[in-house]
Amino acid sequence: MMKAIVYWLDDRIGFSTTFKPLIEHPVPPTGWDYTLGSAALIAFTVQVVTGVALAFSYVPTPDHAYESLDFITHDAILGNIVRGVHFWGASAMVLLVCAHAAQVFLIGAFKFPREVNWLSGTLLLVFTFGMAFTGQLLRWNQDAYWAVVVGASQAARAPLIGDFLTGILFAGNQVGGATLTRFYATHVFMIPAIIFGLLGLHLYLVIRHGVSEPPVPGVRVDRLTYRQRYEELIHKIGVPFWPDAGWKDVVFALAVGSIVLILAAVLGPRDLGNKADPTVIQAYPRPDWYFLWYFALLALIPAGIEDWFIIGFPLVLGVLFVILPFIAPFGERSPRRRPWAVGVVLVTAFSIGALVEYGSNAPWSPDLSTLTLPPSVTQGLTASQLQGAQSFQQRGCINCHTIAGVGGQRGPELTHIGTSLSSNELTWRILNGGRNMPAYGTTLSPQELANLVDFLGTRTR
Amino acid sequence: MEDEALTTRRRFLSRVSLALSGLAGAVVGVPILAYLLSPLLEPAPDQWRDVGLVENFRVGETVEVAYDDQSPLPWAGQTARTAVWLRRSNETDFSAFSINCTHLGCPVNWRADAQLFLCPCHGGVYYADGSVAGGPPPRSLNQLPVRVTDDQRVQVLPRPLTQTISRA
Repeated sequence: MMKAIVYWLDDRIGFSTTFKPLIEHPVPPTGWDYTLGSAALIAFTVQVVTGVALAFSYVPTPDHAYESLDFITHDAILGNIVRGVHFWGASAMVLLVCAHAAQVFLIGAFKFPREVNWLSGTLLLVFTFGMAFTGQLLRWNQDAYWAVVVGASQAARAPLIGDFLTGILFAGNQVGGATLTRFYATHVFMIPAIIFGLLGLHLYLVIRHGVSEPPVPGVRVDRLTYRQRYEELIHKIGVPFWPDAGWKDVVFALAVGSIVLILAAVLGPRDLGNKADPTVIQAYPRPDWYFLWYFALLALIPAGIEDWFIIGFPLVLGVLFVILPFIAPFGERSPRRRPWAVGVVLVTAFSIGALVEYGSNAPWSPDLSTLTLPPSVTQGLTASQLQGAQSFQQRGCINCHTIAGVGGQRGPELTHIGTSLSSNELTWRILNGGRNMPAYGTTLSPQELANLVDFLGTRTR
Repeated sequence: MEDEALTTRRRFLSRVSLALSGLAGAVVGVPILAYLLSPLLEPAPDQWRDVGLVENFRVGETVEVAYDDQSPLPWAGQTARTAVWLRRSNETDFSAFSINCTHLGCPVNWRADAQLFLCPCHGGVYYADGSVAGGPPPRSLNQLPVRVTDDQRVQVLPRPLTQTISRA
């Protein structure tokens, strides 16, 4: 009876005639590095499932979004796990999509005839970052609010269409009632729909052109011979994707999923921080790590090229991705014969890692917390020197300059400044400022200035 | 001859169908697009906002004042509000400085003791008059129109955020 039902279903649906050949299509024997793409796909699936679950409780209006997330995180049963998986899953998806792109680039799998595989993958990469950006905004905390403003400020630099782009991002001329619902609709309907479509194309192309064979040094891609050579290779050593290759995908995806679940259970989702409030200026806006490297980059580039950079960098990056399969469609695929490809990946990965690290410290930013000089610095000072130390704390010097381990890193460390600068030089610098140092000529009274210089003079080796 | 007529007929049917589908798409698509762009098409009303009485502000001080933005929606909650740094320079004159850094729009903090605006994002610094003292900002803080009414109320004219962050 059971068998009859299964047979009937199979006959009407056509599983074994249509779908079975697809999942059993012959692929070359491949290694673990081929599982990155499928793991990214699984990560996306997890995001869809947890995202739908979150949408059951999330209220996408500016006056309640934060509260509803607070409810999901702290009151709803297992809510923090669902949000945690969505949060860590987002990081996993970004990492996997980038790793997959890097791996495809390294083994030259973007070459003939898989150019459109690469192009659709490029769009998937772009939209993954689109999901990451719109997703972090939905927390509607201070970071989210200011991320919209910072994002729009960059768009505003675009020539001619700058104002239009900011207007689109804000959904009007303010970040307000209309902004959040639009980011919500973009995050849960628009981009996912586009990703589903692109994934369909991407996977269809994998079937159409076959899984690229692991590259062999010295074997070159040639328009006239490649397809025939691939056919022969598959005929000779091809194995069915399911289960010969697929089991590795399952194991790797399970491993990633376990890590995400453990992180969600142990560390939980990202802290909500403070609710978005444009009138609370005491904000310290930072994007999530996947944009922190760019945030850091914007602090480090020289001011002179900033306008060009903010518009040019994303543009050039996009153009490079698009033209890659057309400027290098043939030839060697093996990374051993393409040292520059290895170099590009290594330099990129290292730079992004360093920039994320740099961005989380943000030494270019004044330390805006209340800072007090340690007793070791103020011990044994005269009354006027103590006054100077007071001014150093009060007048904002300490927010940019470190003395004995306390203070900001924006300006030079002043622990031993008394050794390198005379009191005349100190006075001159404080009065006139210079480069990134504000001039304090109108702020400090002559007596205060003298005390401050007196104090700094005690900072000798 | 027969075949050629059939080919012509098929080409005609195919083109008519595509054209009709395109038309249907436009009929549905144009209103949707206009609806989506509508917040950009409606000009925001210019309305002065009260931020306090003249006597509440001390000469030489800079304080934050908050008010409703140009076109608050009922469900905007706290994000309908916005703020400026209001400075009373003398008995009669006020200046209103945008809270948005001219670098990338982050909120600048006023440090009264240091007489400086500090930006927490990339380290922009401005003097009390809004001019750049250091860091990456390309130009002075934007200023908003501010006036004193006959009955001694200070009023600020809200400007779109799109203006206070972008280059004037």
